[in-house]
Amino acid sequence: MKIDRRSFLSFLIGGGAGTALSPLPWKLMDDSSIWTQMWPWTPVPEDGEASYVNSACTLCPGGCGITVRKIDDRAVKIEGMKGHPVNNGGLCILGLSGLQLLYGPTRIKTPLKRVGKRGQGRWEKISWNDAISEVAKILSDLRSTGQSHTVGCISDSDRGTVPRLFERFLTVYGSPNLMRTSSIIDSYELTLHLMQGAQASPGFDFENADFILSFGSGIIDGWGSPVRMFRANSAWRNTGGKIIQIEPRLSNTAAKSDKWIPTNPGTEAALALGIAHVIIKESLYDAEFVDNYSAGFEDWKRFVLDKYCPDSVATITGIDDTTIIALARSFARASKPLAICGRGQGTTPGSLDECTTVHALNALVGNINKQGGIFAVAEPDYINWPEVEMDATAAIGMQKDRLDGAGSKKYPFSRYLLNRLPQAINSGKKYPLKALFVGDANPLYTMSDSKAVKKAFDKVPFVVSFSSYMNETAQNADLILPNHAYLERYEDIPTPPGMPKPVISLTKPVVKPQLNTKHTGDIIILLAKAMGGNIADAFAWNSYDACLKETLGNKWQTMVKKGFWSYPDFFVQTHEESFDTISGKFEFVSKETGSLKQFKPVNIEGDKTNYPLLLMPYDSIRLANGVIGNPPFVMKSVDDTVLKGNNVFVEINPKTAREQGLREGQLAMLSTPVGKAKVKVHLFDGIMPGLVALPRGLGHTAFDDYLAGKGINFNELIGPVEDPVSGLDTAWGIRVKLAKV
Amino acid sequence: MKHKKAKKYGMVIDLDKCTGCGSCMVACMAENNVPFRKDESDKLLSITWLRVYKLTNGKPFPNTDICYLPRPCMHCEGRHEGHSPCVSVCPAVATDYNIETGIVSQIYTRCFGCRYCMASCPYHARYFNWWDPVWPDGMEKYLSPNVSPRMRGVVEKCSFCFHRYQLAKEKAFMEGRRKLKEDEYQTACTQACPAGAITFGDLNNPNHAVNRMAKPDPKHHGRPTNPHAFRLLERLGTNPKVYYLSSREWVRRAGDNYLENESIAKKPAHHE
Repeated sequence: MKIDRRSFLSFLIGGGAGTALSPLPWKLMDDSSIWTQMWPWTPVPEDGEASYVNSACTLCPGGCGITVRKIDDRAVKIEGMKGHPVNNGGLCILGLSGLQLLYGPTRIKTPLKRVGKRGQGRWEKISWNDAISEVAKILSDLRSTGQSHTVGCISDSDRGTVPRLFERFLTVYGSPNLMRTSSIIDSYELTLHLMQGAQASPGFDFENADFILSFGSGIIDGWGSPVRMFRANSAWRNTGGKIIQIEPRLSNTAAKSDKWIPTNPGTEAALALGIAHVIIKESLYDAEFVDNYSAGFEDWKRFVLDKYCPDSVATITGIDDTTIIALARSFARASKPLAICGRGQGTTPGSLDECTTVHALNALVGNINKQGGIFAVAEPDYINWPEVEMDATAAIGMQKDRLDGAGSKKYPFSRYLLNRLPQAINSGKKYPLKALFVGDANPLYTMSDSKAVKKAFDKVPFVVSFSSYMNETAQNADLILPNHAYLERYEDIPTPPGMPKPVISLTKPVVKPQLNTKHTGDIIILLAKAMGGNIADAFAWNSYDACLKETLGNKWQTMVKKGFWSYPDFFVQTHEESFDTISGKFEFVSKETGSLKQFKPVNIEGDKTNYPLLLMPYDSIRLANGVIGNPPFVMKSVDDTVLKGNNVFVEINPKTAREQGLREGQLAMLSTPVGKAKVKVHLFDGIMPGLVALPRGLGHTAFDDYLAGKGINFNELIGPVEDPVSGLDTAWGIRVKLAKV
Repeated sequence: MKHKKAKKYGMVIDLDKCTGCGSCMVACMAENNVPFRKDESDKLLSITWLRVYKLTNGKPFPNTDICYLPRPCMHCEGRHEGHSPCVSVCPAVATDYNIETGIVSQIYTRCFGCRYCMASCPYHARYFNWWDPVWPDGMEKYLSPNVSPRMRGVVEKCSFCFHRYQLAKEKAFMEGRRKLKEDEYQTACTQACPAGAITFGDLNNPNHAVNRMAKPDPKHHGRPTNPHAFRLLERLGTNPKVYYLSSREWVRRAGDNYLENESIAKKPAHHE
């Protein structure tokens, strides 16, 4: 056959058409797309038997129940536990990311001893035996030279068996210096003590309340037990409950509230007094409660009526008097009104005056220890360990003044004043701190005036961290004794803040310990045994698990099965028996603290000429700002108007921006009397002119590359301001300058 | 007849309840093995099957208002079943409309990354894997075997947790049942939402909450008849299966491109 041009072209075209019509090209295209995707480095998760384990979340004090989905021995997903009294199925963004912490790069894999300088990140591995004997030796040396009181311990909580083991250890060892991370709960506990004579935490019956007057509390921004608050907020949508939000910035809570009333920052207490004025003047208060169960009302009434008429309150707060009057009337006339305070997530205790005034509003409408009101919730007494036997050294040590000044003549009512510790160490007036245990806390990140805190830490010769994760405090410790992650251990989780009924949850080892870690409870017991004598005698348990099981007694079985223990027989006391004050009644003016003081705005740092604007922090549920930093998933959820690259945005009103000559997205220098930082500018109509808002939770130097180095830690820019009565930190903001760079 | 029996899974999101907390975003990431990178602040590159947008009413202080709007894949049905914007354009049949459930699938091994679907999706619900996913050492342990991790060069998007549907169907089959109960198949975001703002179910089933809440009108491509309900870009005709509820008019207006003085009140049926 002769191949001419024509047949050649026919062959080519025919062949082409034939191939195109055949499955070949499609098959090849399909195959090539499959082949180019079958890379060995793309993981193929192994299949296996699915199971679910009930446990509890410890990533914040919220105390939610969780159900962990497992495939064979791997945990693959955390979900909210249905039927749990706190969260009933829902879960927050941080709780959902827990597995990224469990299996993540921030875990501390083994006990570590510092080799280089503090904070340099140079460590050597050390065996558990060596680590514990080293701590025991240092503690024994201090004790034998009469310096037992120079040992301190910082923990996020003082409830539950592990904090109580720390407390027991320090007691029998001879140091009064156990300190708890402060929060609005401190102010509330003090308020309940002064006004009601109660040793209790506040419990808010949000589920039955129908009118919430919130003085800046971030009801849906992480205040209290976050998931419980989300659920309550949704329930109010269905039942017609109202929220009135008072704060100078349109937070998520303000946006979701029924009415947002912007107030001049720091004047919330004055507004509360103005509301009280209207309620008293118009006789809208609960006369039955006030007449029968309260004391000091006449004095308080005169004070409020004299000084806080709506006119003068309007001048202080910037809210017009008609709004104040209307607000007071609707609050008093609601069937279940409830007033709460604690700005944002309540991480700062705030002024005691503010807390007592807001609490007095609740008393005016008679919702103390009543359905839909506020309860004084005592800690459930399930921890009944035998009394420790203290030797002479311990007794002497325990009688020493606390380093933070809590319980001193100046601040007799406060139990813990961690905010005063850095100053006490840095001034060196009292006595030095020679050794510091940091339990479940991250003070180097969470305490204000980071520079001063760092300086104080540098003065403590021996810092031991019990953290599971490489946080800022662990990074600057001398010895890290890593705890099991919360999904690897048993531990009781006491009643979350704000719950009106006690509930204890149980974390369980969902997976076996993945790394060479040890339960903090076990470390305390081992340490006590290594110290010998009375100290060892106070810790007779063989292991922490044995201690926990014994402590929980008949609750243990139920808790293992259900994941929690709630108190069905919890009952509300009558008004006759519930006030343990000097007068035996609710005291509008505490007989212990004495006279009434006129409202004085908290004296925040900085002068107006050099720092023309006001800087305030804001809290977001998408930015964890406590002991745990954001895991990668949570970082993904952060908006690009909050963080872009490594730059954090501050929010300012467009009007303020014009005055300062700033544009959207522009870089600017933020300087306060405490520190300065480069930030970007985001214009937001929802913030009061003259204010600058910076999110909390960024600016970590520890944790992993997904979090570290992004943004600014608000605590670097602000220092504590002491409350004159409680000694707690009252700073809600600081004066600031924002200038182009 | 077959079509009458078919399910049409959809979602109703109550924006009055949504707090913008982001639980749905993370529940979705954890459920579906979504990868993450060191910098996720460039939202064009950040893979979020469900993204929560922040809307503002644009009014000056103190009349400003904000609202959060979670945006999963809308699983558009189009004017006729399966005429979703993305399904219509995919040259590789890597995305398909499931007649049985109304769910728009994404088959990663078929996708060759032309990103035509991304261009056609009016909701930005589709994301491209510009990089291979990398989990820090040890973190692959939490990966779920129910959803295959994707690789560089493919598009991914919300699947309404289709694997949960399959698991629920398997379980029902083992128990000798053919029908699924309403709560047997729920997406991860619905389950996680602490505010209870998301409701999921069969829009064709009058007993399901989604049907009662959105009141879709089958004669007008599922347009909601609840006056507080709206869909995103309703007038594009994509017929999405995600409905939003809001009592605030400015929020409902934000759902579509309205002229300044245009009313968003529903036109009577005969205008169509």
